[in-house]
Amino acid sequence: MLESEVPQEGNITLGGHRKAVYARGADGKLQIVQSAGWEVEEIVTRQAVDDLNRLAEEARQRVIAGQTSALEYHMHKARMDVPMLAQTTGLWQWRIRRHFRPAIFARLSPALLERYASVMGVSSEQLKKVD
Amino acid sequence: MAFQHSQASHCESGVMSTMLRHHGLAISEPMAFGLSAAMSFAYLPIVKINGLPLVAYRMPPKFIIKGLQKPLGLKMRFETFRNPAAGTQRLDQLLAAGQVVGMQTSVFWLPYMPEDLRFHFNAHNVLAYGRDAASGDYLLSDPVFENPVTCSNEALQKARFAKGVLAPKGLIYYATGKPVAPDWSVVIPKAIKKTTRIMLDTPLPIIGVRGIRRLAKAIEGLDASQAAQAKLFVGQVVRMQEEIGTGGGGFRFIYASFLQESAELLARPRLNELSEALIEVGDEWREFALLAARMIRDRQPLAPKALADKLRQIADHEQAFFRDLRRAA
Repeated sequence: MLESEVPQEGNITLGGHRKAVYARGADGKLQIVQSAGWEVEEIVTRQAVDDLNRLAEEARQRVIAGQTSALEYHMHKARMDVPMLAQTTGLWQWRIRRHFRPAIFARLSPALLERYASVMGVSSEQLKKVD
Repeated sequence: MAFQHSQASHCESGVMSTMLRHHGLAISEPMAFGLSAAMSFAYLPIVKINGLPLVAYRMPPKFIIKGLQKPLGLKMRFETFRNPAAGTQRLDQLLAAGQVVGMQTSVFWLPYMPEDLRFHFNAHNVLAYGRDAASGDYLLSDPVFENPVTCSNEALQKARFAKGVLAPKGLIYYATGKPVAPDWSVVIPKAIKKTTRIMLDTPLPIIGVRGIRRLAKAIEGLDASQAAQAKLFVGQVVRMQEEIGTGGGGFRFIYASFLQESAELLARPRLNELSEALIEVGDEWREFALLAARMIRDRQPLAPKALADKLRQIADHEQAFFRDLRRAA
């Protein structure tokens, strides 16, 4: 990649930051060049983020329809999945899936709610509802 | 000595380059990367991130920090903590003593990270070099950012004690001895040979050049009728290659820069020629990324076969390149 070929088209996922890439200058030496972003990166990052948002939105719809608990929505919102939530909380995966049932989620102890809330970075009050 | 931040393209090599410079040994980021033999390729279908297999273009986390100890006669101390409060206390103690401290963190909890990049990636390296007297916030040198950043105590503690895959467990590391300039004619060929061994001789079909071919096979086998899932897989490969602090082309350009620097230090023009060859390979990786992104956005039809063929072409070129490199070292 030549210095003149370093993409500067912008990448909204960088939030205005510029990242360092290595490119060849006029003297043939590779050096750090700041890049405002490449569309390719933006496409793949957006793809991943959009997919996570889609999962959260679908879960939100199901919470409203009473088909799942708010826990599933918040899990996706925190960009997690069931295996990751199991690792971070130390709970079994089947137990987490059981907590996706609204009736069972409604009876969870404050301690267990707090355990979920702390790994997702929300309060246990927030955890109980979808926004 | 006043701490000096500098931007790098990769977090771990950037942290080490900055830390070593602080301790009086000027080592560039590419040199830190090359000397620790950190370039690699791995396709790990068993390790899943959000249900997608892990693809890595470099050796696992901590490889650079550990790998620099021997060539530079450096002593690094690593500490992890069971109790977050103890981890924070120890960090404060070291900072008060004037140490520059490297930390492993989860990008998801770092508030200064752009929202869209905050995934649950637990092996991001950051340097702490002090605390702001007024607010108590930590002064951090995050190598992938242009300028130093700050982070509150609570957020940093969360980031250092995130759980899950590659959990940092509050890991901090710092140099206990003074690094010395090595005998380049010994350490550089040794590091280069190590990289060629990893890329060509690893007896596992998922590491090195064989790993690229294995990935090509996996992409070829993607079900084009399940387009969304297939695209997520391809997108993940490209993200690992371009997004996560690789300097472009999946670290190939950083390594090419290391070869240029080595050519000069050892007065071996052959390494310059090889650097050219690797830049071409890096450009091919970028072509692959471009092709994949076009397919993800439906600017051209999703064709797993075409992507696989591109990867096989890259694999052939990397194989030839590393064989030449082995002879030159």
